[in-house]
Amino acid sequence: MNGPLLSTRGVTKRFGGRIACQGVSFDLWPGEVLGIVGESGSGKTTLLNCLAGRLMPDEGIVSYETASMGTVDVHRLSEARRRLLARTEWGFVNQDAREGLRMGVSAGANIGERLMAIGARHYGNIRQTASDWMERVELDLDRLDDRPTAYSGGMRQRLQIARNLVSEPRLVFMDEPTGGLDVSVQARLLDLLRGLVDRFHLSAVLVTHDLGVARLLTHRLMVMQGGQVVEEGLTDQVLDDPHHAYTQMLVASILPV
Amino acid sequence: MPDTTLNDVNSESGAYNYAYLDEQTKRMIRRAILKAVAVPGYQVPFGGREMPLPYGWGTGGIQVTAAIIGRDDTLKVIDQGADDTTNAVSIRRFFAKVADVGTTTRTEEATVIQTRHRVPETPLRDGQILVFQVPIPEPLRMLEPRETETRTLHALSEYGVMQVSLYESIARHGRISKAYNYPVLVNGRYMMSPSPIPKFDNPKLDRNPALQLYGAGREKRIYAVPPYTPVKSLDFDDHPFEIETWEQACAYCGSKTSFLDEMIVDDDGQRLFVCSDTDYCQERQEEQRQAEQKK
Repeated sequence: MNGPLLSTRGVTKRFGGRIACQGVSFDLWPGEVLGIVGESGSGKTTLLNCLAGRLMPDEGIVSYETASMGTVDVHRLSEARRRLLARTEWGFVNQDAREGLRMGVSAGANIGERLMAIGARHYGNIRQTASDWMERVELDLDRLDDRPTAYSGGMRQRLQIARNLVSEPRLVFMDEPTGGLDVSVQARLLDLLRGLVDRFHLSAVLVTHDLGVARLLTHRLMVMQGGQVVEEGLTDQVLDDPHHAYTQMLVASILPV
Repeated sequence: MPDTTLNDVNSESGAYNYAYLDEQTKRMIRRAILKAVAVPGYQVPFGGREMPLPYGWGTGGIQVTAAIIGRDDTLKVIDQGADDTTNAVSIRRFFAKVADVGTTTRTEEATVIQTRHRVPETPLRDGQILVFQVPIPEPLRMLEPRETETRTLHALSEYGVMQVSLYESIARHGRISKAYNYPVLVNGRYMMSPSPIPKFDNPKLDRNPALQLYGAGREKRIYAVPPYTPVKSLDFDDHPFEIETWEQACAYCGSKTSFLDEMIVDDDGQRLFVCSDTDYCQERQEEQRQAEQKK
């Protein structure tokens, strides 16, 4: 594989007259973690949903280099193929774990769902894989048969990550994975994510408003304001030497501790 | 065979059309049935009518029966396997009156069998039609409340979520605890709810020589399993599908292979196990009596 894993050209999405994101183009290379930062309402999540095929952009194309089928246009795929892609080669980590989990069934069933969806029919094996992943995301094995409703916010987020990574995806979309968690839990989760990205050679697109998270996890950064990408570059470069006025403001508004 | 003569009024039933429903309605239902037979296990929507009995008492089944019944038919109606419960008796009398058909309690003699919650123990044969009364036709309903989503799941045959529910059952109870309405895959394609029959009856659906029609009145859906169609109950490789077994035999006929109902017979908690299929039980008792007389 020589080309980029995910490639977008001129992605634009409008909601009526309101522009959510406009003319976004970038390439994501295998093993790379791309951060998208910006304030609330700057179109980060809309862009992410367009990339993941959950929203149809009004203009532009998103192409993805699949493992076996060559390069595909995400929005021209049949629904069946797109859904298959979404549950095998992709992962999607929601900000609110309740949206990404099945709250009515146990943690083990949550992790095993993707396996069963692609044809796993051996209970013992599914359970074993689920246990392995519980350990990998540092969840207590005793909680394997508990429902996520009995989990804390940080545990739910870990479970959501395990549920997505169990199919060994190549590309993970993350929407504020640490949003709404307290700082110590955030730190552990970030540590975990960094380890997993490394270990499984994941590519990821990470949406966040927290520059600290971006600094820790991402290789490259895109700064969005009012639906436009106003600056992009290597993370350290953007954060240490911001060029655009908005980026300067963002960097300056980090609270010193 | 269906009787399609217009204005064919039974003298006893006065102003009603033959088999209660008007001819256009019956035609519409037959079209839905044909489509259902053509796509085994697929739920075909139909314009369900108000019937002279409440939802949940068999309005779906009774409409399907009304659409397919003719004067040459012999009708049997069972409720939980029994021919003599209120529901079974009134539906049988209803059709005797409005469709002028012969009725029977014997499985072999019947051409159309409308059933609630059981498949008869006596093996069915070619040419017989089994009509099921279905309360909730959508097998994925409890897992996915959105109709648009369940339809998409059926269209793309994404049935992982059903397997998740079985996983959950084993994790919670150590075995697949679902005992009735056990999900099946029809002809390797559509996930189907076999209506609330006990899972004991699931193997009888597989490659059955009789035509199986399923009618859901409240939800207005018809689906079908054509004769000799493979019907597979879902399971795991290491937790295979199993049917119920009893240590007891039927207290009346001594059957060890039929589905048994448990009855409490007195205030001391004395229990009795008897066949749920009354016709099967009586046939066997009759045979045993005759065999004894010969001695």
